[in-house]
Amino acid sequence: MKKYILSIITLVTIFLSLFAKEVITVKGSDTMVILAQRWAEVYMKKNKNVVIQVTGGGSGTGISALINGTTDICNSSRPMKKEEKIKLKEKYGSPGIEIKVAVDGLSIYVNEKNPINELSVEQVRDIYTGKINNWKEVGGPDAKIIRYSRENNSGTYVYFKDEVLLGADFHPSTQNLPGTAAVVNAVSKDKNGIGYGGAAYGKGIKELKIKKDSNSPAYAPTIENIRKGLYPISRFLYMYTRTKPEGEVKKFIDWVLSEEGQKVVSQVGYFPIR
Amino acid sequence: MEEKQPQIDLLQKKFYFSDWIAKIIIKTVAFVSFISIILIFLFVFREAFPLFSYQPDKMSYKEEELEQEVYGEEHIEIVTPDKSEKKLSAQNASEEEKSIWDNIFSTIWEPISSKPKYGIIPLVIGSFKVTLIAILIAAPIGILSALFTSMFAPKWTKEILKPAIEILAGFPSVVIGFFALIVMASFLQNLLGYQYRLNAFVGGIAMSLAVIPIIYTVTEDSLSAVPQSYIEASLALGAEKWQTALFVVLPAATPGIFAAVLLGIGRAFGETMIVLMATGNAALMSLSIFEPVRTMSATIGAEMAEVVFGELHYNILFFLGSVLFLFTFTLNAIAEFYVRNRLLKKFGGEK
Repeated sequence: MKKYILSIITLVTIFLSLFAKEVITVKGSDTMVILAQRWAEVYMKKNKNVVIQVTGGGSGTGISALINGTTDICNSSRPMKKEEKIKLKEKYGSPGIEIKVAVDGLSIYVNEKNPINELSVEQVRDIYTGKINNWKEVGGPDAKIIRYSRENNSGTYVYFKDEVLLGADFHPSTQNLPGTAAVVNAVSKDKNGIGYGGAAYGKGIKELKIKKDSNSPAYAPTIENIRKGLYPISRFLYMYTRTKPEGEVKKFIDWVLSEEGQKVVSQVGYFPIR
Repeated sequence: MEEKQPQIDLLQKKFYFSDWIAKIIIKTVAFVSFISIILIFLFVFREAFPLFSYQPDKMSYKEEELEQEVYGEEHIEIVTPDKSEKKLSAQNASEEEKSIWDNIFSTIWEPISSKPKYGIIPLVIGSFKVTLIAILIAAPIGILSALFTSMFAPKWTKEILKPAIEILAGFPSVVIGFFALIVMASFLQNLLGYQYRLNAFVGGIAMSLAVIPIIYTVTEDSLSAVPQSYIEASLALGAEKWQTALFVVLPAATPGIFAAVLLGIGRAFGETMIVLMATGNAALMSLSIFEPVRTMSATIGAEMAEVVFGELHYNILFFLGSVLFLFTFTLNAIAEFYVRNRLLKKFGGEK
């Protein structure tokens, strides 16, 4: 009997100590979920009074959660859309606060057996919008191009559509796969495949060098090229909050932007913001 | 029967409190499950309903009002692709504003776009294509293996085979989808040499794995409901065993088999995870089975997490949901009420 009472008391104290802590919820981009988890781990180790809960689901999911009030901070790998700002403004009187937290280079990958090593941004655009249908047209073998893309709940999808395709629609034969890993897997198994996504280290694929236009030199998506502004398809990764950050949330965000937080960014494989 | 009736009444006269409580609890549970289904039904339709009174865009805010505040301003400059050239959306701008229903019954599904296109026709075609392939594969296999276990299999085989196939019914569809994505897709592509690794054919075959157990189980039930006298009569007339199986037992169980196939179609039509993983999810308008497809269920599964609540896109996903729901509901209802009744009448006679 004594045992039971003791264990109940310990359980209760554990629960109470959990509730005594400040809980920050972070939700959104799948691209950023590993980064956010590392941030949370390191930060919680230093600040025992804070619990940070990180979940993924996609940038759109995170922003929806921010609008619906179920998360404190939302991660997004794309800027917020107009309709989303309107929803926020209608509900909370302000269209939200934008915080740039890291930089990411968007890689274009093909199968490692593909002889092509570089493409221009325009060629990538023409491939995905259906103007170019055969690898022959960009200097490769005579084979049909199989296009792979992310699902449209992905911030990467929206970024790629807005910035690389300049708002045009994907060719209808583009296959939408859930997650960067699925795209990498598909391209590694399909010798005529092409895909895009964050930096990936998969077997059987290679990252293409990208030219800004047909006359400029091609650059690989490395940290130097992105920092120097040479690699042409880079993007910011964002955090959004409903109101100006306060209290523990502000402390956490300030820490993320500090040198220490930015060190985590490079450890995970993205690029620091400054 | 009738003499026993008063006796039961006598037993029930005494009031047991525990009995009463148990009855109430069971009734409540049954009622709750029934009500929750009705509520889901209503919810799905309610969320789809704003489509019918949809008014195109009311822009209530100016650009400046939506300017977001920026926090933590120090950052490096990066380059994004050259935007100096005009956005290709000129291509979109030339299109006229279509009414919402024209948009829905068009042939392009591109919901994330400057001019969103919600053409559900390729999705409907996709759903039917995958379902058809799955049923064409699963129905013969399911029915014939049921016939085998009920007519030909020795007892010990039956004892292994039947539970084994029924266990397959509980196989998580995400595992089947994963298997199709990683193993089957490559294997079939090497075997048949088609262009797209992920396509309706791969999805259909993977789906048939999920459908076979359903068809098998229901068919098996209806085969074993065929009276022994039919079989004995056939054998007595000199028919061989296979003749009896194919020409006597199978036709006698037709309504049940029909029900089995309908249930299978319902499952295939609504199944999400397998098609999401194995079919490539490209909303193509084509009849070739070796091209990628995007089904209605996969569309809902992939896009529901992304939409802003209450937006047009959200309503359209619920509209798709209602279409799916009505379709599977009708199939199941036909299978359940009409066919089962016929089967019972056929063997039960007029009592």
